[in-house]
Amino acid sequence: MNIEAIKSIYFFEMARTRRTLLQSVVSPVISTSLYFIVFGAAIGARIQEIDGVSYGAFITPGLIMLTLLTQCIGNGSFGIYFPKFTGTIYEVLSSPVSMIEIVLGYVGAAATKGVMIGTIILLTASLFVDLSIAHPLAMVFFFVLTAVSFSLFGFIIGIWAKDFEQLNLIPMLVIPPLVFLGGSFYSIDMLPPFWQAVSHFNPVLYLISGFRWSFFEVSDVNPVFSAAIILVFLAVCLSVLAWIFRTGYRLRN
Amino acid sequence: MAPIVSVSNLSKTYASGFKALKGVSLDIEQGEILALLGPNGAGKTTLISIICGIVNPSGGTVKVGGHDVVRDFRETRSMIGLVPQELTTDAFETVWNTVTFSRGLHGKKPNPAHIEKVLKDLSLWDKKDNMLRELSGGMKRRVLIAKALSHEPRVLFLDEPTAGVDVSLRKSMWEVVERLRASGVTIILTTHYIEEAEEIADRIGVINGGEILLVEDKTALMSKLGRKQLRVDLSHPLEAVPETLSTYNLTLEGDGHCLIYDYDTSAERTGITSLLAALAEAGVRLKDISTRQSSLEDIFVEIVGAGR
Repeated sequence: MNIEAIKSIYFFEMARTRRTLLQSVVSPVISTSLYFIVFGAAIGARIQEIDGVSYGAFITPGLIMLTLLTQCIGNGSFGIYFPKFTGTIYEVLSSPVSMIEIVLGYVGAAATKGVMIGTIILLTASLFVDLSIAHPLAMVFFFVLTAVSFSLFGFIIGIWAKDFEQLNLIPMLVIPPLVFLGGSFYSIDMLPPFWQAVSHFNPVLYLISGFRWSFFEVSDVNPVFSAAIILVFLAVCLSVLAWIFRTGYRLRN
Repeated sequence: MAPIVSVSNLSKTYASGFKALKGVSLDIEQGEILALLGPNGAGKTTLISIICGIVNPSGGTVKVGGHDVVRDFRETRSMIGLVPQELTTDAFETVWNTVTFSRGLHGKKPNPAHIEKVLKDLSLWDKKDNMLRELSGGMKRRVLIAKALSHEPRVLFLDEPTAGVDVSLRKSMWEVVERLRASGVTIILTTHYIEEAEEIADRIGVINGGEILLVEDKTALMSKLGRKQLRVDLSHPLEAVPETLSTYNLTLEGDGHCLIYDYDTSAERTGITSLLAALAEAGVRLKDISTRQSSLEDIFVEIVGAGR
């Protein structure tokens, strides 16, 4: 194992986070605060508790997931796409590093950044609402596994993308509707039966539900099922990556 | 001694169907400077990219230091430094960070003293804290060389290192190359500047259309293919080459003011003495005489032209 290389890639990526501190940390904090002001204070004041949880607290896990997913996909994809775009990828490809080490470096950095921002949002949220975490271990499980698997997913997008349009397609157009319709701001019990059934096809519903369960012990679906879904997603991403490594898809061709 | 780089029957067909390499075989000896010459699209960069691991080969094998570049990529890539053709740099990184990053990527522990030496050798020391986007093209080229040398490679690939570099920088770059060779580093370079290959290379390889046309010791190549030309300027123009001189295969140029005679310096008799005597006998009056050695460029054009 080329530990020096993993460290080099990881810290190189983290250094970029430091350089872009404003856009990468401050902007998600501001947008989350806006959500709390609009949904939590203005609208939330008129909404009854959902499943015995105040509305402001109820939306917190969904808001963290929204940022976590977009940030992890964004960082994971940008980290590998940018060297491809500028051409500096030549150096990584001609170095004595295996693809696993490349992934550990890039995805590790993307996931770390996601977890950092998620934590900051959690702390920001605790300023607005009263938060309690019923199952801290389960919370960390959902939090970290989501960060890792969506950073991996981002990495795959970064390898696949041929231009900036493709790079932004999924984080901008696919993820927000999935998160918003995945029960971030409501319990799907509140929907008509037809839309409840449709919601069950949304994978993000399971993430948010499981994550919310770890806070308040209320969920739309069984948390064990949520955990299984995230593990399946992780396994799918790892299989796709394994195929990419074997074939050199869009990297060594 | 076993060659440091051994390429055998290497082929590459890109997804588009373009055959960039068609069964290339080439041995590179330890410590030599090999210049690869070839027109654009000849397959030089593809060949280098496969040896360095950037591109997967379609067929054939490459060994570096006795290790297979696909199976034992850790060993081979640790030995190789690559300076790519394109000026690709991370615009927002500092010189120091980007060179240190390269060393780490190659699995070497940090060694600030070595990085300092490399930067000083390349006159980059006073720029070490500058961001790469602030540097000129020539400086960026030197940064790429510094990155390639950061992990103390045994084999260095320079893909058109002096494209777009001014004369003084080019000279200082060749001094660095000389020093590296003196320290035992094997150097493979591609260039469009044939006089450069002529000046610094030990061996010359010519590649065109995905095939190696020849690999030859530079001096042997020059003498083997090196023709000389005798140019005779005449006092009075001729309408045609005189009948008595027909055996010399002369050509008449410059509206009849000049006779050109091609000869081979390695031949037992060049025929110059008898030609001059024959000219006097034919009553041709001479104004001036000069000779010209064909350059590597002429040889190159000749080889590539014949291959088409």
